Amino acid sequence: MAGLTELTARLRDELGARKVIDDRQELRTYECDGLAHYKVVPGLVVLAETTADVAAVVRACTEAGVPFVARGSGTGLSGGALPHADGVLVVTSRMRDILEIDREGQRAVVQPGVINLHVTRAAAPGGYYYAPDPSSQQVCSIGGNVAENSGGAHCLKYGFTTNHVLGLELVEPSGEVVRLGGKAPDPPGYDLLGALVGSEGTLGIATEVTVRLVRSPEAVQTLLAGFADTDAAGQAVSAIIAAGVIPAAVEMMDALAIEAAEEAVHCGYPPGAGAVLVVELDGPASEVDAQFADVKRLCQEAGSFEQRVAADDVERALIWKGRKSAFAAVGRISPDYIVQDGVIPRTALPEVLRAIAALSGESGVRVANVFHAGDGNLHPLVLFDGAVDGAAEAAEKVSGQILDLCLQHGGSITGEHGVGSDKAKHMPDMFSADDLDTMQLLRCAFDPDGLSNPGKVFPTPRLCGEVPGRKRGAHPLVEAGLAEQF
Amino acid sequence: MTDVLDALQEATGGHAAVAGEADVVGGVPATWVAAPGSTAEAAAVMRTAAAAGLAVAARGAGTKLDWGTPPRRLDVIVDTGRLDRVIEHAAGDLVVIVQPGVPLRTLAERLAGARQRLAIDEVVPGSTVGGMLATGLCGPSRLMAGAVRDLVLGVTLVRADGVVAKAGGKVVKNVAGYDLAKLVCGAYGTLGLVTEANFRLHPIPPATAYASVTVPGAAAAYEAVQRVLHGQFVPSGVEVDRPEPGGPVEVAVQLEGTEAGVAARTAQAVEALGAGAAETDRPSWWGALPAGEVLVKATTELTGLARLLDAVERAGPATVRGSAGVGALHLGMPAAGAADAVTALRAAAPAWAGSVVVLAAPYPVRSDVDSWGPVPGLSLMRRVKEQFDPDALLAPGRFVGGI
Repeated sequence: MAGLTELTARLRDELGARKVIDDRQELRTYECDGLAHYKVVPGLVVLAETTADVAAVVRACTEAGVPFVARGSGTGLSGGALPHADGVLVVTSRMRDILEIDREGQRAVVQPGVINLHVTRAAAPGGYYYAPDPSSQQVCSIGGNVAENSGGAHCLKYGFTTNHVLGLELVEPSGEVVRLGGKAPDPPGYDLLGALVGSEGTLGIATEVTVRLVRSPEAVQTLLAGFADTDAAGQAVSAIIAAGVIPAAVEMMDALAIEAAEEAVHCGYPPGAGAVLVVELDGPASEVDAQFADVKRLCQEAGSFEQRVAADDVERALIWKGRKSAFAAVGRISPDYIVQDGVIPRTALPEVLRAIAALSGESGVRVANVFHAGDGNLHPLVLFDGAVDGAAEAAEKVSGQILDLCLQHGGSITGEHGVGSDKAKHMPDMFSADDLDTMQLLRCAFDPDGLSNPGKVFPTPRLCGEVPGRKRGAHPLVEAGLAEQF
Repeated sequence: MTDVLDALQEATGGHAAVAGEADVVGGVPATWVAAPGSTAEAAAVMRTAAAAGLAVAARGAGTKLDWGTPPRRLDVIVDTGRLDRVIEHAAGDLVVIVQPGVPLRTLAERLAGARQRLAIDEVVPGSTVGGMLATGLCGPSRLMAGAVRDLVLGVTLVRADGVVAKAGGKVVKNVAGYDLAKLVCGAYGTLGLVTEANFRLHPIPPATAYASVTVPGAAAAYEAVQRVLHGQFVPSGVEVDRPEPGGPVEVAVQLEGTEAGVAARTAQAVEALGAGAAETDRPSWWGALPAGEVLVKATTELTGLARLLDAVERAGPATVRGSAGVGALHLGMPAAGAADAVTALRAAAPAWAGSVVVLAAPYPVRSDVDSWGPVPGLSLMRRVKEQFDPDALLAPGRFVGGI
């Protein structure tokens, strides 16, 4: 592609050759993110080191009409950072400076490539931490968290990335650099931060992020409770919430997930359990003590046959190890698996789990369930053997049916992994054509040429400026091969 | 003219009329008032307005209609009085779906039956859900639960062209699509008419207590707030009140939780607040706006509190009240000298990384000083407005930069 060749020369000239990668072998390193079955070798990779680098790439792309995709650590699970074959992948992982830890002001200012957990490590000596804690927090970057509005086990109580970002420096798709928000709350005007966080890189690239730091809790109590089945565990969750307790986290695993975790990390979960709950409370010691007694009692009343309380941080880590290793552990009991991410109203939990079991039974496809039970965020792991003819397709079908179940119960097709490349095709199941058209008005305001991460989130790009509702022909981006229409 | 009235009556099943004397927004009189009773009726009203090129502004209880800049022009007031239903309260899921005309107090009473609440304070008595959304106004509880934008999970919205769209959902955790619900929070009705909003709820805690201290000035108030914020007793609100310009500052803390927990934490709060602190009843000023002809919102980084208080004292006779633990304060001022005071505060505001916005003011003050001040990202905001409302029919001129 001539455009890309000229662009490569221009970027080498502007940024220096070492930041620009066009060697085919090296490009292959970036062909996928955490959703590895989608693979596209990028046309070009730029390893940005400064905001000016990012702005230069974006400006050059916009002038040349070349699409660009931002990538942090590449751990996303929806193909949000899937490269474009004729586009530029802007990698921000070298922008990894923590610019400021402002303990007194309860803020941190970081570059987008900073690893999530490193913010907490930097804030911990002063008694603070960064609350959003996706399972990949040891490797995922803040820039990726901002793009995906990442959650984590503890967002039940503390909220998601969007509730913790107060300021952004953004390279707009035009290449302009704008600073939105900062250490103070409520900047005047539209809540553009609210729109940007979770927009999956389709509205620009964040090059600096101001986040809230949260005071470390005085006390933490963690309970592991074993139940005969997921129905009983689900009852316990409902009882805890109904009692007015907001735990820091409530996680559930079913028998198959427990088996996998046990094999992988020997976490010592109760033998014979059909389901386990991990319930964590944190806060002032006086509150945690009172509520923890209630939680134990409520679990017992719901039928828990074994309870284990973490006596210290080491035991707490062991309890969490089983839960946090569950995705990878499933690899031990199945050669291949799909990690699904759907949301249901918490009260629908028992019904939906029974329906998933029925789907599994009918299709013969095994499903292990691991999920954030407190907020109804399911992570069914759909197991299959790719070497068996038709197995992948059967698993894909069950995985899709689980999303349908979520929508039938008034839920969502994604709670934290994002829409990305993977679920754009499911968006019309959740939203009407008018809903999607309205969302894309925002896209048109930020990125009228549709060059920022095209093909993600929306199944069909909107031609900016067109009269809504009128029948349109093939979208120019589709014709130009820049976007795929589902 | 009668054609428009006919069309509005048809759109609303007869709930439209020629405007009366009281039907004004920010001092600008409307020609008609229409009161849709459903999303479909609201869409029909908006289609009527769009076809005739009429400017529209929404009105709930009308408690904050003089906030924001006055509209450039106004033809139709959309009254939300008939959009007054709580559509669904999913108590087990801690979620409520509500129409904009529901008064916050009515909603609170309804939710209290399940020992739940929408953790957004009724800062201006009589406010509706719609007005709270349009202005983004919230009170002390935002320290614990977040601002309006943090609690709204989804919206149904009628666009300027009458198209109905939903965004978000009715589950707490959801990252599918753009979060338009946040975008319309605090947008003064300039992007669409919200006809339904979904909110996250919180349990009502069994016990509540307050602790307070009165200190001589800004530096001591800042120190007290800092000690509270760095404690581990998790207050749900940390507020300051300075009723006399330049006078003593009361720093008050709210604790919510279990009976036993709150007792212990209140003692911790008293200790953190320092000499002279004590447990108190709910302060009479808690969660209310300061009095004054001119109402200003001033934000600050948490470390800028003393600088802001000192600058207010220098700028003119203003009372100060608000969420020091969050960095969002309100100032009450007399009209005389208010424009100069706001100008002076804005010039100094970079020292505390904050903004200074005039919420309500009589006409001469509005004309003497820009209500909004500098707005980073304004060109992006204009582009958003152009996409959502290309003919500028929705509350034109009510928002930043003439949006």
